[in-house]
Amino acid sequence: MLLTVLSILTDGLAYAAYLFIIAIGLTLIFGVMKILNVAHGSFYAFGAYGAATAVGIYFNGHDWNAAGGFLFMILLAMAIGLVMGLILERGLLRLVYGKDEVVIVLVTYAVFLILEDMVVLIWGAQSYAAYQPMVAAGSIDLGDLVLSNYDILLVVLAAFLAALAYWSLKFTRYGRLLTTVIFDREVAAAFGINVTVVYTVTFLVGAMLGALSGAVMAPKISVTLGIGVEVIVLAFAVVAIGGMGSIEGALVGALIVGICRAAAVHLVPQIELFVIYGVMAIVLIVRPYGLFVRAQPRRI
Amino acid sequence: MSQTSSLARLSALLAVSSLAAVMAPAHAQQAAAPVKLGIVSFLTGPAAAPFGIPGRNGAEIVIESLNAGKAPAPYNQVGLGGAKIEAKYVDEAGSAANTVTEFRNLVQRDQVDAVVGYVSSGSCLAVTPVAEELKELTVLYDCGTPRIFEEKPRSYVFRVSPHATMDNVAAARYLLAKKKNLKSYSGINQNYAWGQDSWRDFVGSMKVLAPKVTVDKVLFPKVFAGEYGAEISTLLTSKSQALHSSFYDGDLEAFIYQEQARGLDKRMTMILTTGEAAIWRMKDKMPNGTIIGGRGQNGPLAPKSALNDWFQKIYTDRYNTPPTYPAYQMAQSLLGLKLAYEKAQKGAGKKPTAEQIAASFKGLEFDAPAGHFKMALGDGHQGISATAYGTYRFDKKTNTPEIVDIVRYPAECVNPPPGMEADAWIKGGMKGAKCN
Amino acid sequence: MARRAQLIGGLAFIAAAVIAPFLPDWVVSLATIAFANALVVLGLIVLWRAGLVSFGQALYYCIGAYVVALIGRWIGFGDAIVLVLLGGISAGLVSFLIGFLIARYREIFFAMLSLALSMILYGVLVKTESLGSTDGFSVLTPTFLGYTPHGEALNLTLYWFTLAICALSALGVGAYFRSIAGALAAAVRDNEIRVEFLGVSVARVIHAKVVIAGVLGGLGGALAALAIGHVDPNMAYWTTSGSFVFVAILAGAGSVAAAFVGSLLFEAIRSLAVDVVPEFWQMILGSALLVTILFVPEGLGSLVFRLRRKKAKPS
Repeated sequence: MLLTVLSILTDGLAYAAYLFIIAIGLTLIFGVMKILNVAHGSFYAFGAYGAATAVGIYFNGHDWNAAGGFLFMILLAMAIGLVMGLILERGLLRLVYGKDEVVIVLVTYAVFLILEDMVVLIWGAQSYAAYQPMVAAGSIDLGDLVLSNYDILLVVLAAFLAALAYWSLKFTRYGRLLTTVIFDREVAAAFGINVTVVYTVTFLVGAMLGALSGAVMAPKISVTLGIGVEVIVLAFAVVAIGGMGSIEGALVGALIVGICRAAAVHLVPQIELFVIYGVMAIVLIVRPYGLFVRAQPRRI
Repeated sequence: MSQTSSLARLSALLAVSSLAAVMAPAHAQQAAAPVKLGIVSFLTGPAAAPFGIPGRNGAEIVIESLNAGKAPAPYNQVGLGGAKIEAKYVDEAGSAANTVTEFRNLVQRDQVDAVVGYVSSGSCLAVTPVAEELKELTVLYDCGTPRIFEEKPRSYVFRVSPHATMDNVAAARYLLAKKKNLKSYSGINQNYAWGQDSWRDFVGSMKVLAPKVTVDKVLFPKVFAGEYGAEISTLLTSKSQALHSSFYDGDLEAFIYQEQARGLDKRMTMILTTGEAAIWRMKDKMPNGTIIGGRGQNGPLAPKSALNDWFQKIYTDRYNTPPTYPAYQMAQSLLGLKLAYEKAQKGAGKKPTAEQIAASFKGLEFDAPAGHFKMALGDGHQGISATAYGTYRFDKKTNTPEIVDIVRYPAECVNPPPGMEADAWIKGGMKGAKCN
Repeated sequence: MARRAQLIGGLAFIAAAVIAPFLPDWVVSLATIAFANALVVLGLIVLWRAGLVSFGQALYYCIGAYVVALIGRWIGFGDAIVLVLLGGISAGLVSFLIGFLIARYREIFFAMLSLALSMILYGVLVKTESLGSTDGFSVLTPTFLGYTPHGEALNLTLYWFTLAICALSALGVGAYFRSIAGALAAAVRDNEIRVEFLGVSVARVIHAKVVIAGVLGGLGGALAALAIGHVDPNMAYWTTSGSFVFVAILAGAGSVAAAFVGSLLFEAIRSLAVDVVPEFWQMILGSALLVTILFVPEGLGSLVFRLRRKKAKPS
């Protein structure tokens, strides 16, 4: 019994870390730009493919330090995210700012469709493996339960990202600017904040976070076509539960879904498929704007 | 899978077609009008790499070899009965509506003579009634559901590859033979029809063969979930000695990487019913001692024969990787169609009609790279063959995967007798199974 | 103006009906599915006029389809007219119940909650092994008031039947757009509080729209089930909803006819792309959507209006 509780907690935490890492970039972009970015799934996929390529180069025949490989993988993925974000924001999204939110969602959906096939063009239809960093990380034994150190690393990374986001929003100049834009874009612009630059930087950071999430997941999965699709809805759900655009909301949303899912797998595996949507429906019914977002004042 | 990029493939295709163009005039007089085939398989999406592309590659290479008249006897006649095969490749990805629309397009717009294809059981079930309505000869190549020929008798639809029942019946037989003191087992399968059916057949067979062995954990994660932490913990804290899984490719690899990091395979033996398709990619990451199936005697499970050597060689030469079971399934589907076509042509004396081909396809028996096939079930429309299971071992010296300790199960041992539904056969105690 | 639009629409429908026997079978069958899907898109346009977008319209599509398929499977009843009506009514009932909940939501939250609901239906169907889980099951060949066509005749009959349902729905929705309740849509989109001050319940206006969209979704799903001959849980998956929204954007909210033209165009582009570049058809679809949004922001339906306005200018 104690063992079950313990494993529900550890599994829930590990899954929550995964969810938070994929959701943070999405919620950041939504919070600032009010764009529900479907192409976030593409950032994830490109990050994962980039990481797999990096791991392939780094570990191919060399006996180099695994931590270095992990770092190299992350850096390459984030560079890919940066370039993609730059092209998308400057080359395309700039043209559609001011259009209906839904139209912009569809723009990102179109981008997602195009990028899905770009993956085939660049990497082909075969799948890639990048397990070396996870294998090198090893595991620890807690009696019957064995935990992967790589999962623990991901939990630490998620916590670090959450802390970093909190700190930079609260205590840096750019973070305060961002908070102003999130609160009211027009007033922010009127105070002389360069909203265009804020948008670009935010989108770049969001894209890099998306690619990062794909990169750190790459060692755990087989990098194959269609991985982006699965991630989009998961990230959407987490963000909707926490409140669109709220970082602390994404954190709490990820924890709730993570723990609920782990409990379901251990206790009632039949309902695993519904957990995430069930939680999302219940939360939205009770709190229509998610957990951490106050109702918007209505315009008169 | 295929190491060639699309660019290389394109240039290869161009080279071949220009070569064909140069050679064409010489044969123009005697060559019959080509036979058009629609080949449908996943070219995009998550099922492309494990199934769709090997299947497509298998079709490409076999058709090329047949058109050149270079296949071993009895397949050495050029193309289909002397007429070159012209293949049109179509993506299977999309909804049932798309699949049905594309099927109609192939038949009515492109006027193909026959369609060979479909990986997903959903696609097969959706396309079958349309094929019957349009009277189009259709050979399903990879999908596993027994429902196709159990729901209704079919006239124009065939499937050479055996259905998925034998995969799990044989898995149960092999597991029990190798693990004499098995007390309990668990299962992890994808939460969709393929996983549910596989698990049901496996549990059913285990109940018949070893009623005392108990089922422990039953896990059904979402298909393409990618993250299995909670499932692995559940299994780690269970007391099972064996784990059944019909996972494939992406999900299979993700699960194995994640469980290896936590040592699950040290505690229980895994039975992977589609493991064969993954061994060439996973190599030393597939745990030694894992029980491997390949949906028939495919790949390293194939019996030694001239046909198998031929197929292994042409495929490996072109794609730099040995063929996996979807490629075999495509090959046997095309070879079966070829024999049926040529038999019908002999009777008709000219290009045979779909009805004539169907009549000669019915009940056909023939040899393919994966052994002997007999169109025995579904009133002669569904093939059966022997199957095999083995144990995985990675040879570190040669850096190649091996399957050792192979046990072969005759077709009549692991397939229901004609006229009996697979589900009912297992539930009724697998009566009439001939295993020696 | 409305008269003229009706006249042109009517002529287009008659033309579409008359030309069918002269078209190849595969075109007719493609058009049947396209028009069935167009009904769902029409429902989305009804919602969109009030500023609402549903990422879960596949819920009603799937309900309509499964009602048709299940009645055939359990009772063996196959009259297309009754089945399609039942499909529409069932989806309408569900949307009526859901409406109480969802009418309070706006913007992205409306979209996400409808998405969650359709994914729950998807999950239930995947779990239902007796209905074939993700493999789905086949639909009985329909009959039409005792007439039981086969082969090409069936294809044509089903096409005409779909066209008739579409014409009726288009007339109904057109009338609704011209009614006061329909005209309030733009006002609701612009400023709800002002509408409330007029003494109109915004929640009720939106609830009505949800139900209309639900019925249309159900009708579309029912017709699609008959045309495809197979149903599976994928009909409720979010990507299905996504493709309906896709077509709605392609078509634009400008007119009722846009839904039908847009849906036909979408199916045609998709089919052509799969034919020409089987490995990269998604790229073609995505590019088509981008080009539409960038260069024809009001949707393809607006092209017709633009043309008309240009003609009007010189005089």
